[in-house]
Order: sequence, then structure tokens, then C-alpha cells
Amino acid sequence: MVKLAEWRGKEIFRSYGVPLPKGTVVRSADEAVSAAAQGAVPLPCVVKAQVLSGGRGKGGAVRFAATVEELRAAASAILGLDFKGEKVRELLLEEKLPIARELYVSITLDRSARLPVLMVSASGGVEIESVADTAILRQWVHPFAGLTNFEKRAAAKTLGLTGPAARSLDGLLDKLWRLFLNEDAELVEVNPLALVGEGVLALDAKVIIEDDASFRHPQYAEVRDDRTELEEIAREKEIAFVQLDGNIGVIANGAGLTMATLDVLQQFGGRPGVFLDLGGTDDPKKVTEAFRLMARARPAAVFLNIFGGVTRCDTVATGLVEAMRDMPSTERFPLVARIRGNNEEEGIAILREAGVTSMRDLKESAQAAIAAAGGRA
Amino acid sequence: MSVLVNAETRVLVQGITGHQGTVHTRQMQLFGTQVVAGVTPGKGGTSVEGVPVYDAVADAVAATGANATVIFVPAPYAKDALLEAVDSGLRLAVVVTEHIPFHDMLTMYHYARAHGARIIGPNCPGIAAPGQAKVGIIPNVVFRPGRVGIISRSGTLTYEIVNGIKEVGLGQSTCIGLGGDPVVGTSFVDALPLFDADPDTDLIVLVGEIGGTAEEEAAEFVKAHLSKPVVAYVAGRSAPPGKRMGHAGAIIARGRGTAESKLTALREAGAEVATFPYEIPGLVAARLKELRHR
Repeated sequence: MVKLAEWRGKEIFRSYGVPLPKGTVVRSADEAVSAAAQGAVPLPCVVKAQVLSGGRGKGGAVRFAATVEELRAAASAILGLDFKGEKVRELLLEEKLPIARELYVSITLDRSARLPVLMVSASGGVEIESVADTAILRQWVHPFAGLTNFEKRAAAKTLGLTGPAARSLDGLLDKLWRLFLNEDAELVEVNPLALVGEGVLALDAKVIIEDDASFRHPQYAEVRDDRTELEEIAREKEIAFVQLDGNIGVIANGAGLTMATLDVLQQFGGRPGVFLDLGGTDDPKKVTEAFRLMARARPAAVFLNIFGGVTRCDTVATGLVEAMRDMPSTERFPLVARIRGNNEEEGIAILREAGVTSMRDLKESAQAAIAAAGGRA
Repeated sequence: MSVLVNAETRVLVQGITGHQGTVHTRQMQLFGTQVVAGVTPGKGGTSVEGVPVYDAVADAVAATGANATVIFVPAPYAKDALLEAVDSGLRLAVVVTEHIPFHDMLTMYHYARAHGARIIGPNCPGIAAPGQAKVGIIPNVVFRPGRVGIISRSGTLTYEIVNGIKEVGLGQSTCIGLGGDPVVGTSFVDALPLFDADPDTDLIVLVGEIGGTAEEEAAEFVKAHLSKPVVAYVAGRSAPPGKRMGHAGAIIARGRGTAESKLTALREAGAEVATFPYEIPGLVAARLKELRHR
């Protein structure tokens, strides 16, 4: 999942011809002032922090500036701000427009229907979660038919747009639909979509691109706005790696098994700190890579839970012991291993001989991991 | 009887010459499955594990009478492989490949559906009926013929649970791994009636995960239509909202798809709900015992 900042989303919008306010991206107060001086953005303008979290308006991360002095002050105030854990590094400056109405439009996937869904509402400019269900029109779009005229007419009706405004919406919806398909988007959201005069334009842009389609879109691989450094390395190694708040690292094979392991740890008072899913594999080489990555997250202890399917447990255990041996002593961590499946007795024996706490029972081994991390249990 | 596959199933392996394709062709053979053909474009005329390889699915079907396919083709080519299989008349396709873009899967799903074909997966371990056939990658060692049906969104966790059922002296009728992606060809609601109608299944184990609403929909189906008892487990109670937990589907978004809402729905539908995966075999054994004493 690649969540794009507003300005990146708008760059894509622009390439699809979606109407936008005139604007530019700046990274300092000086740049902001010279952008205004050169006419890249007319005054009065809107100064918007480029962060991924919502609620920018209420959080003081969006301001208006009528003069160059106000622009400098607003830019200085917002840049460097800590907004819900994200540091503001970029600002989007945009012309302030006479907005007649604020509307909502999005296209996303409805998993249950197994169809893309177009959602529109006349109540734009607020979080869509707070809008009553009855005020939202949902149009499921069949991928073979594409977005149809009757669906767009229904959208215009819901939004109360007629004549040139409805035609403007029609063109915008076509462009968003093409973007959704061609860029492999998970979400394309415009909130608010502004009615200005007799046309609509995108005041905001929220675009999420699907990771799995990166083979078709190498350009998005560079965007790492929403990942930590370690999460980024893991992505390159095709390991699912998520950093959480606790101090126990969890390595398991398979998402379901990894989640179940976290659940058990939490139930007995442990605090999972890293979620590392090897995927369906129990390949000893991948286990070694996972170990290296885990060490960098500095866990108090690591709980390894592997079900040996095609590979045998003794093979995985041997790989594990070698990986531990190869690790610099500064990077080592207390390890509790639970290995089940093919040849599990042999696997457990190999680990115990190497001094690794190893048992078959999930509950007991979870408790041992919590104890090793210095917690209770 | 069993669900979807049986001793008559004649399996085609798409991507048979790749590492996974070759390894699992052997494993399926050891399980007792009739693997009749393989397809890798450009490798026609060769063979893998004694199985003839063809360039095109239509040729393989014509020559061998294959009636099910398992797809190991890499993600960028998986859509084409599935469309070719459906176009060649195959009506059951297990898609093991992971990381298929969901936009591709939407095309695959609707194309298959329009032709009356069923997809299991993608990103799934497939289907296995002990003593009958296996189409997929679930480890052979966890199985033993019996009367427990298993439907799961997980991979490895499924193996662990199937194995646990074997360890308490019970066995499985059929096990289906649906896959963990946001768009799956077969959901709980699609699979439940198949098990309910299967005379060899006495009880159904349902293994869910956070994310989406498939378990809630399954609960509604259980309540309204199911005649057989259900033991359920849902992984991910400790997952924080907004974080993707390995499976693309396993994300709690906008408060929807939490473990709590799924567990409550299943409990209210009359399913027995396990707090931990290791409780499942015990619950299954107890419930089966009850059924027999009735």
C-alpha cells in the first residue's frame, strides 16, 4: 500500500487532466515567498501541510494567507510541525477560490461485492465516516463495462448538479475511473470536490496505490512516505514487517499464524514490538534474513513460531542455529522457539543443544518469551 | 464423497517447470493425486516428475482430460494463465500465486464467474481431501481421512489446525484454504454450503482473520442456512487498526473487520468460538462426541 501525499496525488490528477486549483509545492518559507512573487501561486492562497494523516484543517496544518507577510508567517508556522507523529517537510500552496459547494467523490474496492465502488455525497469537506449512509450514493462498477453514463448521471443527481456543472462532473469521473484502473489504485478520493462557478475541481487528492502492482508502476517504489526505514528494507526482501509498540519480536511463517502468535502473547501480558511474517515459507535462508532484520529493531526477546510444512523442522532448526552463531554478539537477543510439524522432535533437540529455549506448546512458549523479555508470566 | 475434488480429479499444473510447481507436483503425487499434465509456454514436449508438459492449456486438456488446474505462475502472468484455463474449459482453478494485483483478480473473478468456473485463492494453499486428491500446497503430513471439514483464510495456521485435529485422533473430509487477499474467488459463504451438502462432513471448522467482513457474512449464513455444527477461530485480536498484518486483506479499516465483531457474530450464529488456535481440536472432539451420543 503506497499512500501518496496530497501533492503527489495531485501530480497524478494533473497528468489525467483532472481540474485543480493553481498551486505549487514548497519546502521553506523563502521558497513560499518567491513562489508568490513569481506568480506560481496567486494571493490570497491556502497553505497546506503535506502529511498523510487527516484532520489537517482542525489541527492547524492548513492556513490562509492574503499577503506575502502572512504567507511567510503561515509557512514558518506549519513547516517543521509535528502533525500526529509526522514531521511537516512540504507545503502545498494553492489559490483561494470562491467555492460555492463542497462535495465528495471516491472510487475504491468493495471486497464483499468483488467490485469497484463509486461513492458520491453532497456532504463534502467533512470526514466521510461522519456522513449518514443515506447521504452517500454507492454505484458498483462492473470492471468489464467500466464506468457508464447512467452511473455518472445518478452521481450528478445525488450531487445536485445540472447543465455545465454536470458535464464538468462527467469528465472528472471518467478521469478518476481511468486513473483508478491504470495506476492500480486502491483508493482515489476527492474530498472536497469543489463547485466553483459552473465547474468542479479537486481541492484535495487522496490516492493509495496497491503494492502488488509495483511491477507495472516502478515509479511508486520510490515513494516511502508512510513506512519506517526497517519496514522499507523488509519490503525489499519480501518479508512482511510491521513495527508495533511493544518489546517482543515475533517471527512466524504465514500471516494467520503470525497474528495468532501475537494474540497469544498479548493474552498472557506480553507486548509484541515487531510483527515479522516470513510468508508461507520455512526456508532456512529466509529465516536467517529475518533474524538480521529483527536484530536491527532491538527487541528485548524474540519469539519464533514456525510450522514446518514442506521443509523439515530439523532443517529449519539447523539454519537457525547457524544464523545465531553468525550474528555479532552485540546483535544477539534472547530467543524462544516453537517449531512444529515435520520432524519436530529432532528440530527441538537441535535447538536445545544450542541453548535455545524450545518447546512444542504455544502457550508455554509464549510465556517463556514474555519472561525472557523481562515481563511477567 | 468430498468437496470439489475427489479421486476422479485430473489435475493440470500451470507453471509446472518452476521450483514451486515442480516441488508441489511431487507432493500432490505423493498425496495420491492424479497429476495428468503441466503447462509452461515454451516448454512443451518436456516432462516433470513423469508428467507431460504442454505449451498451451487447450492442448493439455485435449490430450489428458484434465479437469482442474493449479496455478503457480508468477503474479504478472497469473491473470493470463487463469483466463487461458477458463477459456480452455476448466471449471476449477486453484491459484497459489501471491501478490496478484486485485485489479487483475477482479477480471479473473468476473471472467471465471461468467463461464461458470470456480477460483480458489489467489494467495492460497488450495484444497485437499485425504484419500482423494490434493490441488495445492498444504503439507501432506497434516492429513488423515476423517469427517471434519475445514475452511480457512490462512495458510500455515491452517496446517497447524489441521495437524492438531489429526493429533487428537480425528481426521478431515476436505480442507480448503481460501487465501488472504482482499478479493478471493471463493469466500466462506461460497464454501459453507458445499460442506453442508457433503455427506462425509459432520462438522465444519472455520478459521478467519481480521479485515473485511467475510466472517460476519459467514455468520449470517451459518445462522440462516447451515445444518452442521461450526467451530470457529479468528486470528488478529491484538492487531492495531490501520496496520496491514501480512495478508493484504488483514487490515482493520474504519473500525470494520475487527476480531471482536467477527467473534460476536459467529457466537450469535451458534458457532463454538475458540480463543486460541490450540483449543480447536478439543472443541471439535467434544462436539463430535456430543453428536454421536444424540
